[in-house]
Order: sequence, then structure tokens, then C-alpha cells
Amino acid sequence: MSITGITGYGVFIPILRLNRAAIAAAHAWHAPGLKRLAKGVRAIANWDEDAVTLAVEAARGCVAHAPETMILASTSLPFVDRQNSGIVKEALALADDILTIDITGSQRAGTSALLTALRAGPALCIAAEKHRPQPGSESDLTTADAAAAIATGNDNVIAELVASHSVSVDFVDHFRAADAEFSYGWEARWIRDEGYGKIMPATIKTLLEEANVEPSAIDHFAFGSPNHGVATTVAKILGIATDALDETLTRDVGDAGAAQPLLLLANSLETATPGQLILVAGFGQGCDAMLFRTTEEILKYQSTHRVADAVQRAEVTSDYLRYLALAQLINVDRGMRAEHTFKTPLTALYRNRKAVMGLIGGRCTKTGTVQFPKSDLSVNQNDPSFQTQEDYRFADIPAKIVTHTADRLAYTPSPPYYYGTIDFEGGGRMVAEFTDCEQDNLEVGADVKMMFRVKKRDEDRKFTQYFWKAVPAVRD
Amino acid sequence: MASGIKDKVAILGMGCTKFGEHWDRDADSLAVEAYREALTDAGIEPSMIEAAWFGVGQDQVSVGASAVPMAIALRLANIPVTKVENYCASGTEALRGAIYAVASGAIDIALAIGAEKLKDTGYGGLPARTRGTTWDMMGASGSAPGNFAQLAAAYAVKHGVGKADLKRAMAHVSVKSHDNATRNPKAHLRKAINIEKVLNAPMIAEPLGLFDCCGVSDGAACAIVTTPDIARGLGKSDLVTVKALSLAVSNGWELQGAGWDGSYFHTTRIAASRAYKEADISDPRTQVGLMEVHDCFSVTELVTMEDLHISDEGKGWRDVLDGRFDADGRNPCQIDGGLKCFGHPIGASGLRMLYENYLQLLGRAGERQVADPPEFALTHNLGGMPNQNVAAISLVGLLGA
Repeated sequence: MSITGITGYGVFIPILRLNRAAIAAAHAWHAPGLKRLAKGVRAIANWDEDAVTLAVEAARGCVAHAPETMILASTSLPFVDRQNSGIVKEALALADDILTIDITGSQRAGTSALLTALRAGPALCIAAEKHRPQPGSESDLTTADAAAAIATGNDNVIAELVASHSVSVDFVDHFRAADAEFSYGWEARWIRDEGYGKIMPATIKTLLEEANVEPSAIDHFAFGSPNHGVATTVAKILGIATDALDETLTRDVGDAGAAQPLLLLANSLETATPGQLILVAGFGQGCDAMLFRTTEEILKYQSTHRVADAVQRAEVTSDYLRYLALAQLINVDRGMRAEHTFKTPLTALYRNRKAVMGLIGGRCTKTGTVQFPKSDLSVNQNDPSFQTQEDYRFADIPAKIVTHTADRLAYTPSPPYYYGTIDFEGGGRMVAEFTDCEQDNLEVGADVKMMFRVKKRDEDRKFTQYFWKAVPAVRD
Repeated sequence: MASGIKDKVAILGMGCTKFGEHWDRDADSLAVEAYREALTDAGIEPSMIEAAWFGVGQDQVSVGASAVPMAIALRLANIPVTKVENYCASGTEALRGAIYAVASGAIDIALAIGAEKLKDTGYGGLPARTRGTTWDMMGASGSAPGNFAQLAAAYAVKHGVGKADLKRAMAHVSVKSHDNATRNPKAHLRKAINIEKVLNAPMIAEPLGLFDCCGVSDGAACAIVTTPDIARGLGKSDLVTVKALSLAVSNGWELQGAGWDGSYFHTTRIAASRAYKEADISDPRTQVGLMEVHDCFSVTELVTMEDLHISDEGKGWRDVLDGRFDADGRNPCQIDGGLKCFGHPIGASGLRMLYENYLQLLGRAGERQVADPPEFALTHNLGGMPNQNVAAISLVGLLGA
């Protein structure tokens, strides 16, 4: 009988880390208490990242098992009506015959999504957040932008699902209405005592009794909270060893909301050995709890998007004002060039979706010439054949820089605007925007890899246009 | 069997406005000024013009679509008027229409006019605009400086030129053009500059600084063309004739294919070879005595010297530093200040380049006059950007020289 469980994982954390001390210093004049939270850094998305792009990056190494269901969980998706998981599906170039689902609505969305994925045959569950915390709030110091993907199914399972239990309780520790800009939260002590302190232990106790497992047997407790000390308190109430917790991510990266439990789960899988018990818990108007046991397969498994690498890929900044401007939390004068809007013709986007969303070009079946994008007449000088190209995906192919510049005149939200020509290994070239880089990273011949990003936002119609950009390998 | 354009068409008259920030002038007004100067120079009545071509690069910020606005501005007599646009090569494109119409024998006298009004946008530099539906989704929406700056990165690596050396060579290009423009009352920018000023200027698009980039100007230029026989019949004795008119347009090889390394213009090399063949030029380095090239950016002019087969590949930067293209050099370039200083009202530029060559050949270039009239004078007018463009080259000279 085949077992059901986790077959793979991947995480993605944006490269930027905002210095918490810089945030607290900016608000010291009205919120001196923030100083107590001001140690370390938190991960912030670049202007051209959102929950969808973060999800794509986390999931890129997790699609080999051909998921039949893909779930995207987040409380910060760019669209409320245009399927976000559908965008991820196009970027991952998955088959059209797939069930894609968006799950939102609470900090528990990630764990609920994972539970659902585990019940759905070969599946992919991704949780991602790009937060927009109110400046000067505690969230402004604790949140992290990040994504974690978990592949589930029955083949080559690295951690078997032993048991799960969910409780739904309308405990409103905080809320954000559909048309509200920011969250509104209640007193942290009440949330800890009545929420985390009562609902979580009850849920997990039921789970462990069902599984016939002692709390002291838990090797990894994949749970975190933006409220300091809560994870330790819950572990103690339950009798779970406090060293089953790993609080380093919360300290060095921050709290990634609905993605946090899956991020911590990936973190546990990365260091776990066979036969270990991992307890995953999500809290948000109730509690989801899942118990996994690692298998021998975990020794053979190597994620392409490891937690350790994602944590290491960090560039610390203290430029809090720039963060606020790029997050559009302050309205800076961007100049007249910024007024030029581009309205995406949805017809053109649709018929070019494979090229635009999937970075799929063509390979001529007659001459082998590879090009991006496809065209009716091949670019081959000696044989511009008509409609002889098959699909050829460039997204995972490394490339090298042919030309580059840093443009300080053309409008870009985060100047300078870096772009140039790149040549792909095995053929094909394109003009590409460079992102996540400094000028010194751009040199003729330098290695780059492609990442899925926001190309531009139409601020009049609130439409996000996506495309692929090149990131220097030294920044990967 | 076709025989090219050599000596089939003569320039009957030309006109050109001062280029600059004409806050008090519309495109129409500038066009009319250039047109009237050309009519007077040609010594003809408006009714003798049988067809016209109008080049404008950015009609969306000036006159709008079609040739109708120009037919109205010039009060042309319900003749064929064609609007042409090929990026910054629109001026030469307008000339091409007029020249071919006359060369075909279908008409006797044709007009080419380029007019551009760029200073109504409210900000410096070229207007931000769409590059087309597909490109807007998948390409880079860069500025002109950013698009051309990439030549420098590629050129430096390919030819092993240090960044500082290349920057100095680029600076020399601009210093030379500024010096030339001090002798040109119609130029937009007329102040001399020095190398230090160029090197220390604010960065626009790495490695192009403020003085490596031509600015944006308003202006118009006009040419009236006819056959040499008709020109003589109208009383002209020294005839400037077209020796070659050659275009090469990118087909996507630079953009999507394999092998272009970003350091030169593939199309300019092809257009130049074709032009020299059409004009029967065997040694351009000695026979092309004057050049007006598309110096939208200093680095463009630098690589163009190689692409026009004047400098050896990889040696253009040294020739620049040696002063070869200065006013007193072997191959003077931009003797009127070029795009950099005369200005670049896009649709007019290709015609303005011809205007200076025309004046020089007839000994009418005043303070800028070169001592020996050139055997051939060249214009190089480029539209687009290094990886997708139109290279348009014309060669003129005196008939029978």
C-alpha cells in the first residue's frame, strides 16, 4: 500500500533584508517601544516581486512529479478575481489539464492548503506572502516576504503524513477587510493567553492522541509566531521539547504569515534524518496541525531551492525610505516619465501567454535553430522556414550577458533601469531586464539565470503585467 | 537591368531652420521656414513641385498621423504627399522618396521635408512611448541613451579597450563636435567644452554621461530635387548630385539570432558597402572627404567610423583620439556640429546632414568651409537602436568632378 506524504519542497526568500534598527529609529519619535523588536533583519520583496512571483520561484524545483492539483495560499495575492494560482501554473509551464486553486482568508491558509493537497493525489502546495504592514506598527518589524512550496503525493515520499487535525474557531486576533489597506490587531497578551495558549494545545493534543504519539517524541515543531515567546509557550504547554523549535528563521528572515508554517516545515525537512517526527501547525481563526514521519527517502532527496541557500542569499539595507516608496506606502514624486501607462491588451497577452508567462520560445525542427520568441518565419538567416518551430522553454536555461547598461533616464520604479542582451546556453538570445543586482554585477560574459517578476503595474487599471528577468548568478 | 541612382538626381535647393528649443514655434511654422528657404534657393514656384515626402519621427507629440498636416502647412497643390517614418532615419527616408520619384522619370521636381517638434512633452529627452504591443510585454522599455550605451560595454570587451580609454575617446568625439558648432549660427548648442567637463558630467546611462548624449531639439529641413538636365535648364551650373542612397534594415538577426556581439552596427556595414559600390568608390578613406554621421551618442559615432569602413575594426577609438575626424583631420566628421550640437529634431536630421554637405560642396559653408571640396560627402542616418535599426547612407558630390 502506498503512503501519502511530502515528496519535495522549495523555498524562496527575496534578496533584500531591511535592517530592523533602521525601521525602529525612523519611528522612535512616536513609538519608542519598537526598539525591543529592533534586532536583526526582515526579508522584503523587491518592487518587482509579489506573492505570485515568490510562489513561482519557490515552486520551480517541485514540478517534476506532474501535479494534478496546484494550490496557492496567501493573504496578500495581487488579484481577488483573476486566478493567481493560474498565473503560477503558466509560469511553471504546467499542463492545462490541472486543478488550480487559490486559498486565502487567514494566516492558516498555508497549512489548510497543505492539508488539502495531501488529500488530492499528486499535488503542489505553495504559500507566499508579500506583506504591506502599516508603517510604525509591530508588523512593520516582524513580517517577512517569502514563499515555500511543498510537493505531495505517493511516490518517493520523504515524509509520510501520519495524522492531521483541524479546528475552526472565530478567534479574531486581527483582521483586514477586503477593501482595507492595513490589518487591525488586538492586545498581544490576550492573543497569547486565549488564542495560541488554548486553541493550539487543544488541537495538537487531539492530533497526538489520535496518532498515539507522545509530545516529547516530536523532533521538529514547525511553528512560529510574530508574537515573541509564543512558540516556546505553546511547546511548553504541550510538553514538546523547546529545542524542537527553530527560531532562527523568525529572527533572521521574519514571519512570513501564511507561508511561515511551510517555510518552517521545509527548514525541518532540510535537516531531518529518517524516522523523525515533524509537527506542523498553523494558527488563524482556528488551528491546523499535521504530523509527518520522515522516511529513508529523505537521505536521497536534495531540494533545488534549499532554505539554507535562501537565507544566505541576503543583501542588507537600511534604506527604510526607499522601501516605503517602493512598497507605495509613501507617495514620492516619480517624474513625468512615470505617467506613461501601458494598458495590457488582454487579447495579445492571451495569445502570447506561453512566451510572456512561460518564457517559451521555439526550436526549428528543420534546422535546430533556437529563438525567443517563436515567429512564423525562423530567424535562421540561411533558412527562414515557415512555422517549423516546436515549443522550447528558456526559463531554466542559464545565460550569459552580451551587453548591459544602467539607464538613469528611462522610468523604472527603482532606478537605475538595468537591461541588456543575453545569450542562452544552447542558443537563443533576448533583450532582458536585470534585477536584484548592482552595477558591478553586470559584465559582458557574466552568468545570469531567469526569474519570474512583475514587469510593470498599470496603476490606472490595477493590472499587473508579468515577465521574466535575468538575475546575475553571483546574486543567486 | 537596374543601374543605381548615381548622378540621376540633383539637389536643386535646400533650407534648414536653426535647431533649438523653439518655445514660440509649432512644427508647421518651422516647416514653412525651411520650405521657403529651399524654394528661394531652388528658384522655383511652389506650383512646380509635383510630389512631396514628409519625415517625422514622433508625430504623436506634434502633428499627428498622415501627411495631411504637412500638405496643409505648406499649402501644397493637392499633389501626392507621403508621410514616412523610420525612427531617426526618417529624414533620409523622406529624401529617398523624393529622389526615387525623380529618378524613375515619373515626375520632374519633388520635395523632401523633415520637421520635428519635441519640446511640448514637459520633460527632457525623447518622449516615453509604446514600442508596440509585443515589445511592451517582453522587451526593455529603455531610453535612447540606455539602448546605445550597450555598445560601449561590448566594444570595450571585444577590443580590449580599457573603460577609461574608451570614455576619453567618447569624450573627444563630443569636444570636437562642440568646437565645430561654435562656427555654426544655426546650431542649437554653440559653446565649446573640454574633456574634463565631459568626463565629470552626470551619468545618464552607464557609461554615457550628459555630454555623450545629443539633446532634443525642434527644427525643420527641406530639400528640392530634380534631374541634372532640369537643374541646368533652371540656370544652375554647379550641380550637387546624389551618388548613392542606400538603406539596410535589421531583420531580427541581432535581436534573436546568434553571432552579433553588440559592439557594432551590422546594418551600417552593409549599407556602407552598398553605397560605396553604387557611387563607384574604391577607397572611401581617401575619397569620402566629409562625413555627417548619426552621433546621437558619442559611442555611436565612434563605432560608426569602423562600420563605414573608414577606421579599422577595433581602431576607431584610436583614430578619434588622434584627431583624424576633427575639423583639421584627414576625415572631418560633423563639421556642422552634428546631432550633438546642431541638434536632433528627428525627422529633419537626415536632411540637415545633407544640407551641410550641399553647402560645403558649393563653397557656401562660411566659417565652417573646408579648404578642398570633398570628392564625396557622406550622410549616415540611423534609426532605432543597435540591435534593431535602419541604417540609411547617402553620398553626394559635384556632377562631373
